[in-house]
Amino acid sequence: MNQTSSIRKIIAASSVGTMIEWYDFYIFGMLSTTISAQFFPKDNPTAGLLSTLAIFAAGFIVRPFGALVFGRLGDLIGRKYTFLLTLILMGGSTFLIGCVPSYERIGIAAPAIVLILRLMQGLALGGEYGGAATYVAEHAPKDKRGFYTSWIQTTATLGLFFALGVILLVKSNMPDADFNKEWGGWRYPFWISIILVGVSIYIRLKMKESPMFSKLKAEGKTSSNPLKESFRHKSNFKMVLLALFGAVMGQGVVWYTGQFYAQNFLETKCFIEFEQSRTIMLWAIALATPFFILWGWLSDKIGRKWIMMAGMLLAILTYRPIFGTFLKDSDVNNWQQDNPVVLNKSTSGVVVAKTNDSLFITTTEYKTAAGHTFRKIEADTIFSNPAKSLPAKAAVIYNNKSLAPATYWKFTLLVFILILYVTMVYGPIAAFLVELFPTRIRYTSMSLPYHIGNGVFGGLVPFIGLLLTSTYTADPLVGLWYPIGVAALCFVIGTLYMRNKIDRNVAD
Amino acid sequence: MNAFKRYFGLLFLFIAPFIIYELVNGAINNIDTAGKKDINNPVIWIIIIAIFTPIAIGLVIFGWYAFRGEYDQLPTKSKEL
Repeated sequence: MNQTSSIRKIIAASSVGTMIEWYDFYIFGMLSTTISAQFFPKDNPTAGLLSTLAIFAAGFIVRPFGALVFGRLGDLIGRKYTFLLTLILMGGSTFLIGCVPSYERIGIAAPAIVLILRLMQGLALGGEYGGAATYVAEHAPKDKRGFYTSWIQTTATLGLFFALGVILLVKSNMPDADFNKEWGGWRYPFWISIILVGVSIYIRLKMKESPMFSKLKAEGKTSSNPLKESFRHKSNFKMVLLALFGAVMGQGVVWYTGQFYAQNFLETKCFIEFEQSRTIMLWAIALATPFFILWGWLSDKIGRKWIMMAGMLLAILTYRPIFGTFLKDSDVNNWQQDNPVVLNKSTSGVVVAKTNDSLFITTTEYKTAAGHTFRKIEADTIFSNPAKSLPAKAAVIYNNKSLAPATYWKFTLLVFILILYVTMVYGPIAAFLVELFPTRIRYTSMSLPYHIGNGVFGGLVPFIGLLLTSTYTADPLVGLWYPIGVAALCFVIGTLYMRNKIDRNVAD
Repeated sequence: MNAFKRYFGLLFLFIAPFIIYELVNGAINNIDTAGKKDINNPVIWIIIIAIFTPIAIGLVIFGWYAFRGEYDQLPTKSKEL
């Protein structure tokens, strides 16, 4: 077998497994509303606590912990068996989440089991990426390391694409009630995982150990205590800190903002309807994904640093104008000038039990001349006490907006640009991290900063965004200052302290 | 350039405690057991502050190393690590 064919198989086997792990991790987040309804009822405080832990502890605590556990294992016993183990752990947990009976059937055991399985997913994810990136890099020729590892970098985005696609496919083939019921369609994406993981395990079992690690092992030069060597030896620890604060921290927030915050923003701030917001993401991801490879390839020619720094700088400078355009172009007040016509109107009324007040909800569907459609919901209360009626004013909500084709494609282009920044910061980073650390402790040393950068700094984007928008209510874009601030700090540190030189020899 | 690196190290030394101060302040101002948002939930704040404290300490150490000139010359071979 020639070298090119061999490396292609290595990349394919590593990438498919890593993509499946991302798919597994994402479907839980994407189906969180249904999962909450099935396992974490809001009226039970214990279930509420378990829900919080499932959402926050899995990303913030367990992912970095998984990086330490499996990173250490990968440096002790080898890359191949470690990331095989993470795949089994992830696939098994995902499949089992799809098999847990609801809270209504087995009570508090349901959220407790789901929490444990979700934490296992976080643990597995923490161990997977470092193994796959290290494994591919240690097989790659020295002048193509960026190019080959960039395939691994596509997996997080492709996993998101795949998860979005599967959920959309299942959802579009059944009524919402069937999708959301106890043993409904929402479980299918979890069950599909076991087939995917099975295939991936079969492929990975046929792979050989990394040649660099095998050589070290044969010579008896592997680390006996990778955690100590990585974090207690000052010379290596300072490179871990540089990797985190000079590259991965900024990459994490740019990545999260482009791929998750943008989708959430379109749905909850612009009120774009479900299918359009998701297809915008799918198009943008599909069009931007090849750029991971392009930047990885280019980083072999000009170095990793400036591509990543350019991505961060562009994000810092353009986030507010881009998200501002989303808001402006989906603002119904601007559409009203287009004299929208009424497509449909209905009113329903209920009597509020305790007060005997009557609540009337009027729903009106509009279409503008440009082709936008939207729904206006007016809630009007008629108080049983006539004295209270005078100051009452109808509350108006505009939602379920469907964009006209021109605006739809404009939004797709803007999301594509956001994901293009993701490809710039993320495409070359595996090669950059691999080259920063020696073979004997590479898995451990690169996994921890990667998962702190992505899991903690990236994962905090929605929370800090909510904190800022709740504190400074006048500016709807204030939540963006967190990713902008973190990326700016990372840009300064990376520009000042990091080197652009490509380390050709990673076998030492 | 090395002088720049060292002076910026001082900046990072101060940023880290400021981040922790802001987080603790945010927690005090927003925790509300009657509230329904994530920012009202004490458990989330405990998780975030617990995980961010060692990261902030890491930034202090990074700043200190930078100030001491540890990043003036980066290692070029693994033997130097």
